[in-house]
Amino acid sequence: MIRLIDITRTFTMGEQTVLALNQINLQIASGEYLSIMGPSGSGKSTLLNIIGLLDQPDSGQYELDDKAVTDLTEIEQAQIRREKIGFVFQSFHLIPRLTAAENIELPLTLGGVPIDERKMRVQNALQAFELEQRANHRPAELSGGQRQRVAIARATIMQPSIILADEPTGNLDHQIGAEVMLLLENLQHQGTTLIIVTHDRELGSRANRQIAMRDGKILTDQTRDTP
Amino acid sequence: MTLLDTLRTALKAVISYRIRSVLIVLAMSLGVASVIILTALGDGARNFVINQFSSIGTNLLVVLPGRAETAGAFPGAVLGQTPRDLTLHDAQLLGRLPQVKRYAPLSIGAAELSTANRLREVTVLGSNENLIPIRHMRLALGSFITQGSERSAQIVLGAKIAADFFPHNPAIGQRVRLGDSRFLVSGVLASQGESMGFNTDEIVIIPVDYAQALFNTTSLFRILVEANNHGEIAATKQAILATLKQSHDGEDDNTVITQDAVLATFDRILHALTLAVAGIAAISLIVAGILVMNVMLVAVSQRTSEIGLLKAIGATSGDIRRLFFTEAAWLSLVGALLGFLLGQLGSLLIRILYPQFPAWAPTWASAAAIGIALITGIIATTLPAIKAAQLNAVAALNRK
Repeated sequence: MIRLIDITRTFTMGEQTVLALNQINLQIASGEYLSIMGPSGSGKSTLLNIIGLLDQPDSGQYELDDKAVTDLTEIEQAQIRREKIGFVFQSFHLIPRLTAAENIELPLTLGGVPIDERKMRVQNALQAFELEQRANHRPAELSGGQRQRVAIARATIMQPSIILADEPTGNLDHQIGAEVMLLLENLQHQGTTLIIVTHDRELGSRANRQIAMRDGKILTDQTRDTP
Repeated sequence: MTLLDTLRTALKAVISYRIRSVLIVLAMSLGVASVIILTALGDGARNFVINQFSSIGTNLLVVLPGRAETAGAFPGAVLGQTPRDLTLHDAQLLGRLPQVKRYAPLSIGAAELSTANRLREVTVLGSNENLIPIRHMRLALGSFITQGSERSAQIVLGAKIAADFFPHNPAIGQRVRLGDSRFLVSGVLASQGESMGFNTDEIVIIPVDYAQALFNTTSLFRILVEANNHGEIAATKQAILATLKQSHDGEDDNTVITQDAVLATFDRILHALTLAVAGIAAISLIVAGILVMNVMLVAVSQRTSEIGLLKAIGATSGDIRRLFFTEAAWLSLVGALLGFLLGQLGSLLIRILYPQFPAWAPTWASAAAIGIALITGIIATTLPAIKAAQLNAVAALNRK
């Protein structure tokens, strides 16, 4: 359960102050499938970053699972990111010197999970995302679709309750992109909250709930009756 | 993130950036190695000198005529006085002191040594039978000018002189001519080579009264005195000075040098020298530290998006700081250990090339070199690590 109350975020660019988010109020229930759409600079990525605790609002209140998280310490926020939130990026953000398996293992390592359990969970994830053959390959040796599958495996290895995807298919061709979307939607069917930021209308329209943003404000917020 | 995982993750990064890591490790290890080799040289020089001093005798005091004073040139000249000579009588008086185990008067000069068909100029030492034990000399053949033989016309030859004059037949029992007197060769010194700039292979030794007669003098060059034990050296020195003062009509005109004092001085000088070269070499370690800082700063900017990602998947600023610190610590540690090995290898090489030179790096120097390498490496990473930890996650992720 995500609840944003009067969230405002401004950036200073040179002498100009840009209002990236202007008093956003938003409530997202657990297990929802939500897309945030809008042109460049509409504030959709900033909104995603604030939901993901990567960025701090200038004012307003953010409650996650009925708990105010805005005022938590850096270490507590890092823990929430680790345990409750999985990020999927347009450019995958895999660490080039680590193998696919090591990239997937990274959140577990940061979380201090014992090594035996880590190996087991990574093995299961490799199986689930059909990456067993590629486990010991570095990202440079993987195709775009495989890279994004590694990234999704990494985002889900801690079994987070929320997946945040910023243009997850932006660097993939149409067919591979569709496959990746099916993977993400499959996670949502299993109960994970899925929030996708995109400027692709077709992609955004797959979500049950669609939010359109412009100039830091929510323009429309539509929910489809039937999934 | 557990300590073990931090160590492993950082080590993986060190190994991945191979060329960078090899270069840093090389710089670090050269710094450490130079500290170790230079201190090995300095300490080797110190031990070399100490060994040389020990080889001339133990519990040794040297009495010399005249008195060196720190005020003015030399007071005798100013006052129109000449220092009194040391005489054989003085030496005998010293021999009666309870603190003195034995003494050897020393008279030095040059004279022509000749046999029927050979002639050369040699350095002549006049002394008594105690010279051999006091100076730690050894005889190769025969006997030394024996007890009570200060009046007998015996001569002991240095090893090289014996070999030059009597290449085919034994030297013992032969007669030689020194100046105008005839001497019977009673012994030959063992070859000991150079000791304190004095080659005992090319001297001859005769009883001191013959030497005084030969050089037409009653004065002595030195009196060597051996104290009963190490603890009595200072007391012996006072006793000697008091005795000589009495003998010289209340005039305090002699100097006593103790071997300890000379040794301590050399020890201090050479120790200071060792510290100085170690300090100079340590500068290279600081340079290596700055290199580490530079390389880690580059690493932070190269891996900006990686740092952003680590934050996104739940790394705290502390995790990121620790990762960079650990990486630098690995580099420094490997560099320091490699440098230690290189340094020991270099010292070993010096010892093999110059066997008489004890080039061992002191333990404190090795420990300090490794310690400074680790500390500079880690301190140098403070700035890059803090910079990495403070990166804004969103900005870092968007950087390509």
